Amino acid sequence: MVYLTRKAEFSASHYYHNPKFSAEENRRIFGKCNNPNGHGHNYLLEVTVKGEVDARSGFVVDLKELKDTMNREVIEALDHRHLNKEVPEFADQIPTSENLAIAIWNRLNSKLNIARLHRVRLYETADLFVDFYGEA
Amino acid sequence: MKAYLTRRYHFSASHRLNNSKLSVEENRRTYGKCNNPHGHGHNYALEVTVSGPVDPETGMVCNLVDLDGFVQREILERYGHANLNTLAEFSQQVPTTENLCAAVYSRLHKDFRLATVEKIRMEETMMNSFEYAGGRELRH
Repeated sequence: MVYLTRKAEFSASHYYHNPKFSAEENRRIFGKCNNPNGHGHNYLLEVTVKGEVDARSGFVVDLKELKDTMNREVIEALDHRHLNKEVPEFADQIPTSENLAIAIWNRLNSKLNIARLHRVRLYETADLFVDFYGEA
Repeated sequence: MKAYLTRRYHFSASHRLNNSKLSVEENRRTYGKCNNPHGHGHNYALEVTVSGPVDPETGMVCNLVDLDGFVQREILERYGHANLNTLAEFSQQVPTTENLCAAVYSRLHKDFRLATVEKIRMEETMMNSFEYAGGRELRH
């Protein structure tokens, strides 16, 4: 089994707000992230796939296909977007890095026929990242 | 949905690697420059990984304010700008980064209750890093 990781970058804005909470609870739980005018990050995404090395090509995965799928399914949908307002997953979910990593996993997992997805790692800043392995 | 959240922190500390049970010559041979009696220091980078179900109400594994507050209070204030050899946990133990990892992990594991502490990773320099998960194997 060999693991292969491809990186990509995107920039997006968001804010955290749960309509079920009072204004005071939202401020207490989400702090500065509750600012209704939003803020943004340069996200760094690492997608790791795994598989056996194909004897003929020497590949675990055709990198071009992986790159194209990541661009089509993730980057084009998220880059320079407002996550709360423009990405359907966040119509009723808080766009935290946890939920964003899960959304990216779901977007890729259904479209990647060429290799098994192992991990989605999403850096929100250099000092904060989330890993998702598809666990329930 | 179970997710893993990793937060990176920084602190600077000094230490000297010396085992009082070894002779002067053995200490010098074992620890080399790190045995310098006057000590030396590092800029440590600490990564703390916690896991748990993502709370549907907040979208979080745990609130970063709580994790940051705990690490600040229990780890960074204790080790930041300290001489590690003077601390109780290193009175009988050499303050290598291996032992420092175990001390930090055990403090987090024992008292941080808001998510599962999975592992810590410590960079002593840009070239050396150590990971510890309470003796468990690490996942890739």
